[in-house]
Amino acid sequence: MERTLSYVDAIREATDLEMARDAGVVLFGLDVDDPKAILGTTRGLAGKYGGDRVFGTPLSEDAMCGAAIGMALAGLRPIHVHIRMDFVLLAMNQLVNMAAKTHSMFGGQEHVPLVVRSIIGKSWGQGAQHSQGLYPLFMHVPGLKVVAPSTPYDAKGCLAAAVRDDNPVMFVEHRILYYQKGRVPEGDYVVAPGKARVAVPGREVTLVGISYMQVECLRAQRYLEEVSVSAEVIDPIWLAPLDIGTIEASVRRTGRLIVVDNGWMTCGAGAEIVASLAERMQDAPGWKLRRMGFAPVPCPTTPSLEALFYPNARTIAAAAFDLVKGAPQGWLPAARADLKLIEFKGPF
Amino acid sequence: MKRDELELTVRLYRSLRRIRRVEEEIVRVYPSDSIKSPVHLSIGQEAVATGVCEALEPRDVVFGSYRGHAMYLAKGGSLPRMIAELYGKADGCARGKGGSMHLVDVERGVMGTSAVVGTTIPNAVGYAYALKHRRENRIAVSFHGDGATEEGVFAESLNFAALKQLPILFVCENNGYAIHTHQSRRQATLDICTRVRAYGIPAETIEDGDVFRIFQAARAAAAAVRSGSPGPRYIECITSRWLEHVGPGEDFELGFRSREETEAWRKNDQVARLGGMLPAPQRSVIDEAIEAEIAEAFAFAEASPFPPAGELLMHLYR
Repeated sequence: MERTLSYVDAIREATDLEMARDAGVVLFGLDVDDPKAILGTTRGLAGKYGGDRVFGTPLSEDAMCGAAIGMALAGLRPIHVHIRMDFVLLAMNQLVNMAAKTHSMFGGQEHVPLVVRSIIGKSWGQGAQHSQGLYPLFMHVPGLKVVAPSTPYDAKGCLAAAVRDDNPVMFVEHRILYYQKGRVPEGDYVVAPGKARVAVPGREVTLVGISYMQVECLRAQRYLEEVSVSAEVIDPIWLAPLDIGTIEASVRRTGRLIVVDNGWMTCGAGAEIVASLAERMQDAPGWKLRRMGFAPVPCPTTPSLEALFYPNARTIAAAAFDLVKGAPQGWLPAARADLKLIEFKGPF
Repeated sequence: MKRDELELTVRLYRSLRRIRRVEEEIVRVYPSDSIKSPVHLSIGQEAVATGVCEALEPRDVVFGSYRGHAMYLAKGGSLPRMIAELYGKADGCARGKGGSMHLVDVERGVMGTSAVVGTTIPNAVGYAYALKHRRENRIAVSFHGDGATEEGVFAESLNFAALKQLPILFVCENNGYAIHTHQSRRQATLDICTRVRAYGIPAETIEDGDVFRIFQAARAAAAAVRSGSPGPRYIECITSRWLEHVGPGEDFELGFRSREETEAWRKNDQVARLGGMLPAPQRSVIDEAIEAEIAEAFAFAEASPFPPAGELLMHLYR
């Protein structure tokens, strides 16, 4: 029987395996060695590998990111953890001006094998500064790699790939995905950069869901079955390098695309996907597209407004249905309990 | 002079003179537009890098700022490859992709210089963490200016280095100015070392730019850091930048400072001082060798090709 693990345990296991495999891997960040152990993803590792390799840091995201780069220059393979992606903004100078540029700017003499883990928050009042999906900022900068795995399988394989990569990798997690369980093989494997996955094949519309929005797209695909619409669901997994070819091949077949971003749409990952396809598919007449993402405001805390801030499976299904029919249909599926995965239940 | 004193004087003089003459040659060549890079010259400040690097082992590493020619050369960075880098040539230390502000020579322990003030300070700290973690008998050195001490990352870096008792020597080259703004208009208290000591890091200021004093302070600090106790050390060297912030000229006409301000430092010029301490014949042998080396380096840069088109997309990822 195949083994099932949570997203949390998949990340923990990947870290454990990489630290066992390579003595140069070090893990640090605020609270990685505290009793809550970054929601369990670093649990037990400080005890197993010692305080030199696994340690909590001062509240100094900028310097600790710079220190991570220095460690990488000295031959270590640091993993720097931020419990919210919003906090990574404090380290932008080091990420954009040093980590991304070192290999090129120094003519190949140096390289920076660095992994920056960060978690996007959602629900129960996470609010404006605990909810941002800022990965497009990093996709914009040459020299960084960006990955946003949505399944436990990919979380483990992508983290292993990120640690082994000789370049800086932004490893983007999502708080709600932490509750996901799924197939995770024991032992060693990698989900290598630059390959998307067709999660569900379909014929009439392509749904590309990024990070947590992959889950909402998978639910939307099921809702669409109710109205006999066949949706193909693609998980890009790696955003930089981005496997645009897999998405293009799908859209050429379905003729319709909905990109569901786990962030704002302006200059977003979805915008990049759509622009790339527009360039590549100028020979394909009449294909239709729609972008979905966060409402263009800071995320509110109150549930009544937060519910409107995010796309969800039902709004995605409705948009896809309209796209397939070519006009607004006024259809919104009724919520189905069987499609509801575990949601984040506050309070903390 | 005793023999070891003479040898030290010769080494320091050679380094000082070499840095001064390289930068004077950059000033001379600059109007020809062969140099394809903004230059932040160290003329007047050579004693800091020279004194500190004389106290280091070849395997120690240094991280610096965009005013980094002196540090790069004092640590042993390749001169021909530096000039080729300024010329934007394929044989440059960064293959023409870094320029004057991003010098690097990993083999010689020059880990890189950055154009963003304060940026390499935590990089040096992280490198020092790796050295301690692997129990290597090496140290990291962070060269930075007085302006960098105002950046938040400076405080964060000192705290972490002290917390983990890392083998790092911080060297502040305090030339008094961030571009055109004096330290007194930027810092509430001018005593940088007092702020550093608040983190539990021993710190001292060398006020007079004396290269021997800088060397001795750096040697003592490096020895302490290398022994692993009591962790980081900090040296602030007061110095004077004689030319403009960026470029080959002077900046007195801008009115933010007077030539007189630099006069005392010119009278205290360490290049001339150490030159005067050596017998004339010995000095000319050194000087002639430096001139030959510089001529060769510039000729090397001239002869080197520009990088071909295929280089543009190379070295983005490893």
